[in-house]
Amino acid sequence: MINEPLIIETPDLALIMPELFLLAMTCLVLIVDLFTTEKSRVVTYLLAQVSLLGAAVITYQQLGPDTLYGFTDSFVRDTMADVLKMFIYVVTAIVFMYSRPYLIARQSFKGEYYTLGLFGVLGMMIMVSANSFLMVYLGLELLSLSLYSMIALNRDSAISTEVAMKYFVLGAIASGMLLYGMSMIYGITGSLNLTEIGAYLAANGVDNVILSFGLVFVVVGLAFKFGAVPFHMWVPDIYEGAQTPVALYIGAAPKIAAFAMTLRLLSEAMQPLQIDWQQMLIMLSVLSLAVGNIIAIAQANIKRMLAYSTISHVGFLLLGFIAAGPDGYSASMFYVIVYALMSTGAFGMIILLSRAGFEADTLEDFKGLNERSKWFAFMMLLIMFSMAGVPPTVGFFAKLWVLEAVVNVELTWLAIVAVIFSVIGAFYYIRIVKLMYFDKPVDETAIQADFDVRVVVSINGLMMLLMGLFPGALMSLCASLIN
Amino acid sequence: MLFDLPILSTLILLPILGGVLVLFAGEKLCRPLSLGVAILTFILSIPLYTQFDVTTAAMQFGELYEWIPSFNIFYQLGVDGISMPLIILTTFTTVLVILSAWEVIKKKPQQYMAAFLIMEGIMVGVFCALDAILFYLFWEAMLIPMFLIIGIWGGPRRVYATIKFFLYTFLGSVLMLVALIYMSIQAEGSFSLLGFHTLPLSLNEQIFIFLAFLLAFAVKVPMWPVHTWLPDAHVEAPTGGSVILAAIMLKIGGYGFLRFSLPITPDASNELDWLIILMSLVAIVYIGFVALVQNDMKKLIAYSSIAHMGFATLGFFLVFRIIDNTGSWQEAALGMEGGMVQMISHGFISAAMFLCVGVIYDRMHTRNISDYGGVANTMPIFAAFMVFFSMANAGLPGTSGFVGEFMVILNSFKANFWIAFLAATTLILGAAYTLWMVKRVLFGAVANDQVSQLMDLNAREFVILGILAIAVLFFGLYPAPLTEVMHASVEHLLQHVSLQKY
Repeated sequence: MINEPLIIETPDLALIMPELFLLAMTCLVLIVDLFTTEKSRVVTYLLAQVSLLGAAVITYQQLGPDTLYGFTDSFVRDTMADVLKMFIYVVTAIVFMYSRPYLIARQSFKGEYYTLGLFGVLGMMIMVSANSFLMVYLGLELLSLSLYSMIALNRDSAISTEVAMKYFVLGAIASGMLLYGMSMIYGITGSLNLTEIGAYLAANGVDNVILSFGLVFVVVGLAFKFGAVPFHMWVPDIYEGAQTPVALYIGAAPKIAAFAMTLRLLSEAMQPLQIDWQQMLIMLSVLSLAVGNIIAIAQANIKRMLAYSTISHVGFLLLGFIAAGPDGYSASMFYVIVYALMSTGAFGMIILLSRAGFEADTLEDFKGLNERSKWFAFMMLLIMFSMAGVPPTVGFFAKLWVLEAVVNVELTWLAIVAVIFSVIGAFYYIRIVKLMYFDKPVDETAIQADFDVRVVVSINGLMMLLMGLFPGALMSLCASLIN
Repeated sequence: MLFDLPILSTLILLPILGGVLVLFAGEKLCRPLSLGVAILTFILSIPLYTQFDVTTAAMQFGELYEWIPSFNIFYQLGVDGISMPLIILTTFTTVLVILSAWEVIKKKPQQYMAAFLIMEGIMVGVFCALDAILFYLFWEAMLIPMFLIIGIWGGPRRVYATIKFFLYTFLGSVLMLVALIYMSIQAEGSFSLLGFHTLPLSLNEQIFIFLAFLLAFAVKVPMWPVHTWLPDAHVEAPTGGSVILAAIMLKIGGYGFLRFSLPITPDASNELDWLIILMSLVAIVYIGFVALVQNDMKKLIAYSSIAHMGFATLGFFLVFRIIDNTGSWQEAALGMEGGMVQMISHGFISAAMFLCVGVIYDRMHTRNISDYGGVANTMPIFAAFMVFFSMANAGLPGTSGFVGEFMVILNSFKANFWIAFLAATTLILGAAYTLWMVKRVLFGAVANDQVSQLMDLNAREFVILGILAIAVLFFGLYPAPLTEVMHASVEHLLQHVSLQKY
């Protein structure tokens, strides 16, 4: 053994080209930003968009059917990872676009928003491609640290600082939980690699108390990152306290990454423990559906309402995992992508209605929108009906598929619980429609949003309808990614 | 050339695209444009009748395209004798609704017209969808325009009424969705409705599915005790909204029973037919009494709609008792056809009644019976129409209202005397509440100054009510065109439900 020559494997850098590119670009953005002034800061913004575009191009080029492992198998590049990364770029690009005019109007158009945002994207990419506990954790922490500081960027606001602190403390506890659980599982299986852990558990059985403890801690960590009840306390506070573009950022793309992380941890590594985590997820899901939908009704602040709505969507998303099969995972993936688009759309509308010195973040601000702008009232209507899951919007197909998945595994009662809570949820979505269409406007000012925001919000809203009429392509894509 | 069009898709898409166009049209142009679209749609729907093959129960004018291949969902359309008359009723009624709104709607007329046209397309879609998910899509999509119609153009309590309407119907339908998903899994992923018809299901499964359907359709019909949204929605809705609600949306519930509950879960329907019969009889008798004490005209007609729809559901579900008593499914055809005729006829009559109320509401801005009196003195032509439609509503022989009721009552004697007896009370109750309203509104001395200044019907209102009067009279005297198209389909359905499915 001692005489064996030391072989240093050169890591296959081609495998992580998009990540490397994004890292380099982010550093570049960071440096360029130093030389920009308040006026020329648009360069930083454009450069950030170019970074995302470049990463998208590279990811697209290496798109292929084979699964490649690298870095001693702790990094995986498969079609699912690539496609999810693409969606992360797209959603983040939309978020960046929405946030620019908002930040400019509030004198907080700083380069850090974009650099931190890009670091967050890097974290998400690593989460999506992680194939070992260590990699999962690295990606997650990179994302979380970026998020904490993004919230704290608005440093003069007492509420933002408080919320950042809160998020940091709770997030750290959750990360600790996750890490603790991982260490227990590592102790049992002797491996950090997700594939090996899965193989070990399948071969050696799962009848082990420590293993169960480890699983519980991991699931708690995941539930926290998703914002599933009872680990949801941070979500409404963050959504309300963070500046709208930051809340928008947190609400959209990270959910896609969290989906991928959960998929890899539960369905790959912990597949043999399926019966156990299924039970836990059922509880999380039912509680999230109940708490999210019921408490959302009581909210007067639309950002807080959207936070509770997110919680309820997480409940739906988890249904797919509960179904625990290719069908269910594809359903969840479809759901998370659709959700990310709906969520950006809703926040986009808030940004669209806001202007310097005015935040359109209470329900009142949506009153009489139909009188002020028929077009954008209609866009918000589409987004709201999509969130409520009313056909012909795409939200319906997202719900249809997860419901089909749970009915398929003979958990029809769960589907019934879910649809009943979705009726309760429909109330607060149609209340927004009611405010927009049936009430007189309180605020008669014309909408002042920039041209690009108008265009993107319109595309975002129309997508709810178009994807609802032709959901086939995305559905087949999701189904093919989980083979 | 014209008839090479895929006719059902045209009937769905034309009004929807026309509606979108109307949205962008100017305030002046939107009325003629939407009327043009509605009339064109109606004309295009006539070949459905003229080219309909009455000898077969198979689906006609079929269209089949792949829609969501990964989910086995198809864009599949087709009509039979049950759905075809309802589609023509829809296209017909929409023309009248657009006409009725001509001068009345001043607030955002484009959106109003567009909402009704889009609604028309969606409703046609409901009647001809042969894929469960496509059906569900149309079924739910219907809620969105109606929600806006009641909420934007409705009366003072419109917001309460429309949210109640939305949540009630949404709650009813989500369980149906779960049932549809469940069946598709049993059918190995297929969502085809015709496939569901032959899908073997155990009695237990059937009962759960039946109950899920019952909730969805009973809310829509609406049947007692889930009818409470209807009076609110009707009272607050603008005239056009009430007409569409009463004339077509309620029929969708009845259609659901014929297309889903009976053929998919025949054994559960057999098992639980007492429940539907009971609910129908309560609707006929109890709701009839409730209608009697209403002071709001629209509420009165709303309750009378519930009672009349009770007839339709009674006719559909008498089948099993009749088969038990007579041993032959042919005997039950009369009742089921009676239910169908009742639905179509109620479409005309309730539309006419709501339009009549609309006519005087536009002039007086009140629907309270007590605010009127002696209207016949100032509006004689209107009074003639209203008396005629009220008689039809009460089931006067010679009007279409009589045909359906008579067929159902006649047939129910074969099931059970007491069912027939209770059903027949409607002849008294219906006459009581409608004629008493007529007496209080139209006859007597002129009640107040407002009434004395009323102007009689203008040409537009005369045309609308005249067309409806002709339709009511025609189908009252000669219902054969209606019954002959549905005959084959009804017999096929009866034969199907008389067989055990498991």
